[in-house]
Amino acid sequence: MSARLLEVEGLRTHFFTQAGTLKAVDDVSFAVDRGRVLGLVGESGSGKSMTGYSILGLVDPPGRIVAGSIRLNGTELTTLGASQWRRMRGNRIAMVFQDPMMTLNPVLRIDTQMIETVRAHHDVPRAAALDRCREALVQVGIASPDERLQGYPHQFSGGMRQRVAIAIALVNKPDLIIADEPTTALDVTIQGQILHEMQRLCRESGTALLWITHDLSVIAGLADDVCVMYAGRIVEAGTVDDVLDNPMHPYTRGLLDSVPSSNTPGRPLSQIRGMTPSLLQLGEACAFRERCSRAVDSCRTAPPVRVSGGRSLRCVNPLA
Amino acid sequence: MLAFTIRRLGQSAFVLVVMAFIVFVGVYAIGDPIELLINPQADAVERARATAALGLDKSLAEQFMSFLAGALRGDLGRSFVFNVPALQLILDRLPATLELAGAAMVIAVVLGIPLGLIAGLKPDSAIGRAIMAGSILGFSLPTFWVGLVLIMVFSVHFGWLPPNGRGETTLLLGVPVSFLTIDGLRHLAMPALNLAVFKLSLLVRLTRAGTREALLQDYVKFARAKGLPARRVIGVHVLKNILIPIVTVIGLELGSVIAFAVVTESIFAWPGTGKLLIDSINQLDRPVVVAYLLVIVTIFIVINFVVDLLYSLLDPRVRIGQAAAAH
Amino acid sequence: MSSVRIATEIPPAEAAEPRAESPWRRFAAEFAESPLALAGLAMLVVIVVAAIAAPIISPQNPYDLSQLDVLDSKLPPGEHSSSTGTTYWLGTDDQGRDMLSGIFYGLRISLAVGASSTVIALAIGLSLGLAAAYFGGWMDALIMRIADIQLSFPAILIALILLAVLGQGIDKIIAALVTVQWAYYARTVRSSALVERQKEYIEAAHVLALSRARIVFRHLLPNCLPPLIVVATVQVAHAILLESTLSFLGLGLPITEPSLGLLIANGFQYMLSGKYWISFYPGLALLLSIMAINLVADQLRDVLNPRLRR
Repeated sequence: MSARLLEVEGLRTHFFTQAGTLKAVDDVSFAVDRGRVLGLVGESGSGKSMTGYSILGLVDPPGRIVAGSIRLNGTELTTLGASQWRRMRGNRIAMVFQDPMMTLNPVLRIDTQMIETVRAHHDVPRAAALDRCREALVQVGIASPDERLQGYPHQFSGGMRQRVAIAIALVNKPDLIIADEPTTALDVTIQGQILHEMQRLCRESGTALLWITHDLSVIAGLADDVCVMYAGRIVEAGTVDDVLDNPMHPYTRGLLDSVPSSNTPGRPLSQIRGMTPSLLQLGEACAFRERCSRAVDSCRTAPPVRVSGGRSLRCVNPLA
Repeated sequence: MLAFTIRRLGQSAFVLVVMAFIVFVGVYAIGDPIELLINPQADAVERARATAALGLDKSLAEQFMSFLAGALRGDLGRSFVFNVPALQLILDRLPATLELAGAAMVIAVVLGIPLGLIAGLKPDSAIGRAIMAGSILGFSLPTFWVGLVLIMVFSVHFGWLPPNGRGETTLLLGVPVSFLTIDGLRHLAMPALNLAVFKLSLLVRLTRAGTREALLQDYVKFARAKGLPARRVIGVHVLKNILIPIVTVIGLELGSVIAFAVVTESIFAWPGTGKLLIDSINQLDRPVVVAYLLVIVTIFIVINFVVDLLYSLLDPRVRIGQAAAAH
Repeated sequence: MSSVRIATEIPPAEAAEPRAESPWRRFAAEFAESPLALAGLAMLVVIVVAAIAAPIISPQNPYDLSQLDVLDSKLPPGEHSSSTGTTYWLGTDDQGRDMLSGIFYGLRISLAVGASSTVIALAIGLSLGLAAAYFGGWMDALIMRIADIQLSFPAILIALILLAVLGQGIDKIIAALVTVQWAYYARTVRSSALVERQKEYIEAAHVLALSRARIVFRHLLPNCLPPLIVVATVQVAHAILLESTLSFLGLGLPITEPSLGLLIANGFQYMLSGKYWISFYPGLALLLSIMAINLVADQLRDVLNPRLRR
């Protein structure tokens, strides 16, 4: 068995709408290892969440995966039948979403929602399932799990609900957790707690974590590796230290510069001029060309992906 | 909970009294029943005597006061036409109407919710579209015309079902009901179906809209991400959410069905309160009209109250309230 | 017909320049997406034209006694008149009146009563709703209280009570229909107006010191119209249905102005002897009218609903 837990190669997820073909994910490749955290960073509309859904097999019509391979522990996911893929979800791959108030069903009790996750994948009696749920709640730092289990989502604070969602993700001891902006909707203080705890949990259990976010500062503290996405493509990837200390792609540089805390007080905030392009109109050219201060003629053709020393880069005129 | 209940009871009583007043004034202020009930040749003395006997010579306010006093005793006057207590007349015929309304609601719910669910889950499929088109048709059908067509087809043409009347009744908890006998069911079938058509369409549309909206919610996405089988996602997660507003609608529509039974009862000569009402209106039998309206309003208020209660029990967010956020 | 259901982020703005298209054309284009709605609209146009042109297109004026021949009564569809030789396409009723003509004239009355009651109710409801939203306070509470209480009772019950009190006559029917409907409009307008009121363009208008009336009529009102249009269309269908039901029960329009409901009532007694056409065809005409309106209303609701907008 290869050491790489998750391998994504050449993934393309397109949406076929009346207005045209929307290339939400356009040739994305990366890999994650056991117990490591990979950050997937990008603006709204960069295709990062859709990458996560693709891995889970939750792309709804009019979208579908048109090309590429997703391998979990060597098993190819894209060729799985619907019910086989369903058996993966919540079991070998789990997902945590952004807003726990909306993702937990408001009219069902917490224990109902947790137990059903266990029993959907394992044929165990209810009492045994309940024990597993209790364990999971303790793992995420909830001290009196029995009280929480009897309650309904609206009775808890945002941070607590997100912990429950994370516990649900962990309850079947998955190989991979995909976290889609799980702390964005929370208070800053809680954010920090959740971040630390997830990192700890993953290291302890060997679960790989794919953390999707638009917030670079989160990645800086949490992830081991990072992929920067723009307009459905990965423009730069490598270890967090490498990429954040020595960004090579102009977009990555722009993102780093626009983080407010990196700004000298009193000077205007730096921005990347222009807007993200419509995913309907992506041609073969580099998608960042319009906004790039380093654009040259050869940017009109698709820049090749260059891999060297553990870093990959999609740019013909990089910073270094 | 208790405060809520008491408050609602108080409100209901208030509405009841106000309605009684409006109804009373409205019905008693217009029309002159004496003309109907006395020999037109009668002389002034006869007239005066009859007027006094029926209490129509007193002022409106006095009449209302004595009416209220009587109402609290359970006496809502005597029918001018039948000369029996009006309330008795209404209560005798109420079981028939309630049975009809109940049967119609059962048909509407048992057919409407599943059909609406299917239409919501597969809105663009052939069956989904067919259900929606059917519901628009059902919504547009004049109930009384449907009744006529039903009679035309099943009674006149095929001769399978009787065109009017209520079937054999048996006693259930002291109340005569007809759905426990074959003959009763044969008589109940068409009127109940007739009355159900409109509500059925309404329920289909409501369930479809609710399902479509529920499917867009994040908790459905999360349920699927947990790897739950579709059966459970729809049957538990979606259903439980949409049933809450639908149950309240069903409750409220029940009142509307009872009122609308007037039409069906006229067509099928079903011996309920509706037919009585129409006849009483035409004959200016005021006590009966007033008694009917008061009984109906009371039923409504009770239904509204129960529905409110039910809603607060079903939705855990309302039942438990926003408890202090535990951490 | 499927709306694009994409789980998450799709960029909101298009970098390319937007197609210049007037809102009316876009509205018409969206409306035309449903073939059912278009069919409904076509049917509606045909029906309205037929109703307006009733005296011209009817083979016979069914209320002109000199044109009737009692010997021709209760003829089934397709028979010819013994005296004049005209074909009774849909048969005759118990008085020898041609059903087809009766239906055209009846349509006229049914549609006229339904439409006029809706328009009046709309005007009243609109005014009250706007007043409630704009002035707030006790006026709002009072108007809405009355509306709520009224809306919690079924329309037919209210109509029955009113007609029991008022008696027969076309004006009384319209009064009953108006009473039953105004509350829907008042409530719809009020909630739209309350939402709009918070929006910035109203604040801007205030700042510019525009007169209150001007703000309400030229700025607030046009934005409250879409839900109102949907409600009004649906309500016309309800009004027509309610009027025909009341007429059927004998409480509606007087015999001299028979709407479709009354025609159906007239034929009821002959159902059991197999002379179905006296009730059946007027009912069919009624059904088609109402269905046409509902089809159009459904599509209008989908097109004008901001939440479903793509």
